[in-house]
Amino acid sequence: MSVLELDRVSYAYPGAGQPALRDVTLRIDPGEFVVLAGGSAAGKSTLLRAAAGIVPHVHGGTFAGEARCGGQSTRDHGPAALSATAGSLFQDPETQVVMGSVRAEIAFPLEGRGDGAGAVARGVEEVALALGIAHLLDRRTADLSGGELQRVALAAALARRPPLLLLDEPTSQLDPVSGDELIWLLRRLNEEWGTAVVLAEHRLERCLAAADRVVALRDGAVACDAAPSGFQAWAVDHAPELATPAATLFAEVGLRPLPVGVKDARRSLAARGLLPDAEAQADAPSPSRAERRRARRDAALRLDGVWHELRAGPALLRGVDLTVAPGERVALMGRNGAGKSTLLRHAAGLLEPTRGKVRAAGRVALLLQNPGDYVLHDRVGDEAPASALRAVGIGHLADRHPRDLSGGERQRLALAVVLGDGEHEAPIVLLDEPTRGMDRIQKAALADRLHAFAADGRAVVVATHDAEFAAAVADRVVLLADGRVIADGTAASLLGGGWYFATETARVLGGAGGALLPAQGARLLHTTDTVEVP
Amino acid sequence: MSPLHAARASAGAAWCAAIVVCGLLYEHPLVLGVLCAAVLAAGALAGVWAEMSRALRLCLLAAPLIVAINLLANRNGLTVFWRFGDVPPIGQLDLTVEALAYGGALALRLAATVLVAALFAAAVDVDALLLGARRVSARSALTAVLSVRLVPVLARDARRLDEARRCRADGGGTGAAAKVAVLRAICAGALDRAGDVATTLEVRGYGTHGRPRRRREAGSRQDLAFAASALAILVLAVGGRAAGLASFTAVPALEAPVGVDELALTAALAAAVLAPFAVRRGMR
Repeated sequence: MSVLELDRVSYAYPGAGQPALRDVTLRIDPGEFVVLAGGSAAGKSTLLRAAAGIVPHVHGGTFAGEARCGGQSTRDHGPAALSATAGSLFQDPETQVVMGSVRAEIAFPLEGRGDGAGAVARGVEEVALALGIAHLLDRRTADLSGGELQRVALAAALARRPPLLLLDEPTSQLDPVSGDELIWLLRRLNEEWGTAVVLAEHRLERCLAAADRVVALRDGAVACDAAPSGFQAWAVDHAPELATPAATLFAEVGLRPLPVGVKDARRSLAARGLLPDAEAQADAPSPSRAERRRARRDAALRLDGVWHELRAGPALLRGVDLTVAPGERVALMGRNGAGKSTLLRHAAGLLEPTRGKVRAAGRVALLLQNPGDYVLHDRVGDEAPASALRAVGIGHLADRHPRDLSGGERQRLALAVVLGDGEHEAPIVLLDEPTRGMDRIQKAALADRLHAFAADGRAVVVATHDAEFAAAVADRVVLLADGRVIADGTAASLLGGGWYFATETARVLGGAGGALLPAQGARLLHTTDTVEVP
Repeated sequence: MSPLHAARASAGAAWCAAIVVCGLLYEHPLVLGVLCAAVLAAGALAGVWAEMSRALRLCLLAAPLIVAINLLANRNGLTVFWRFGDVPPIGQLDLTVEALAYGGALALRLAATVLVAALFAAAVDVDALLLGARRVSARSALTAVLSVRLVPVLARDARRLDEARRCRADGGGTGAAAKVAVLRAICAGALDRAGDVATTLEVRGYGTHGRPRRRREAGSRQDLAFAASALAILVLAVGGRAAGLASFTAVPALEAPVGVDELALTAALAAAVLAPFAVRRGMR
């Protein structure tokens, strides 16, 4: 019996003009690992909510067709009844943790099931060990970071060992290392416990290699349902924005079959004798003392020996020196907790350094992680001046309620709010994880906008975990670890040679030629004179 | 980890409740003052001084207000120390020593309650108490879980929204208007947040399988120590009250005897409050 069956399911949220799901028929068998792909608002989250019974029981709306989770119809059984079959994990970990301590959080579903104290204790211990969070068990949930909270919420979802796990962008808050760890952890649970996994994700390059099957949604309907390699072939022809960078690289060069992951791509290139020799990317020559002095004098933003020491805790920044010139585009990267957001807050004046100085040549516009935090009014037009809304392309939405905007539109609204009109023009633009929940089209549009800002002479600094986005935006990358700058160089040198902080194209090509994006990689392969373009 | 953290939630909660009851039974400033000092010391011994100092600051801010209001509103004292004369529309306004003392006692009582509440929040496992409550009434416990969880979520939202306000191109305004705008946005989003938390409870299977089972655990030394301490505090407080010790009368004339009996009672209460913190053996 299938663990999840959707039979011609259509659904529209209350008051929505368009249905979020259209005639979706889908069957998930026990032990399958399925990735849900699709652009923003394609219906991925709604499908997961329909599978868990949240749609329509919590949201209301119009529901047609039949959804059965573990053989139980979601029309007759609500999310609580279906929770024995389906464990769910959504995007925002803060609202998915309901207890004060990690141990109580994981024990909660087991106690709700009526397990005895011994079974609860054993269940908590086992799932904590499986997810590598045993050291967090006695911590307060209020003290955890976003990444830690996400793992705790996953542990709570897994505690009852449901045969089906529904996950909505669980890696969106995680750095590349933690994101990869989580995906392989899910694969291990899938293989060892036989848990069926349905994972909605934008960054497909991260999870495709672990998947058995990919279901792509477009406008709420299933557009493709195939094995990962079949999905890649479909994507390059019908939805290029969904194809992974490695598949795009192969498609641009005209190579087939398309690879599912880095290993696949490298093996394919090596078999054809196309794998270029990896050469270390030389850093740009160090500037002279006079050049450094001039750069510091003309800097748009300067941090000199900035420390941020907690009153009764560790130092979050440890003597950071950073100079950003007008027109420069800098990507700040590093693990969760490396100090990226703290550094941006200091640069914007939200925090005062405990030691050191911050100097900015004018107003600093900081776009924080959640664009919804900028919504203070009931009308888009009241949030920012009309000229600012027009500048980011949402002038026509002035009369809408900000909460009715899509994710991408809301982000542009937040940009308009922080950038303002010409009167308040900011020469320094800082963005903290701006691509959370964005599809590739939205990311490309944002990258274009940031290029335009830099062309106007504004300094742009972006803190991101997304190596592909950093490569598309930045000409310089600064790597932070433990509150210190550990590397500062060109995007090609820093994103081309690493294992984790590297683009997929760079990992496929081993950093050769400084190629970071598929188009650059394709040019490099063409110049090797060995590519047989059909 | 302290003995209070190590004790089971019901023992810790009973100990906190006993101190609150004691604070409500007495108005004598000596008893209330010693109780406040003992709770502060307990907070320090529990390793939650940061939380206690925040609560203490709140008490110190509220105390002058309480005293001032009582001074102006209470007109039953006999010992006038300042005559304002006729103040329209209040009328004759005389400040008395008795009203001042009574206001001080009220502030001390409030401080004792607030400090115990801060200690309870910082060192007693609320989740375990809610588990017990779920056995009695799942719906009431659900409301309690939602309320307990929603407060920190909304507090974090408030911090983020205020930061975002300060990042706005127009500066986000200043003063009360800016704060009101943030407050309004939080209230507007509170329903969504409550819905999110309730949905999480649903998908975790809340309330689907009836009452959770009672946990049967052997009592630890700390459990016994705090339960015994709670009992001792209650016996001392009720016994002292029944014996007429540490009586306090503010109006019309001030009477607050401080003799050997009162000193012995307060010393015994302080010892009963702090004694369980000496039981450190076998802490988990």
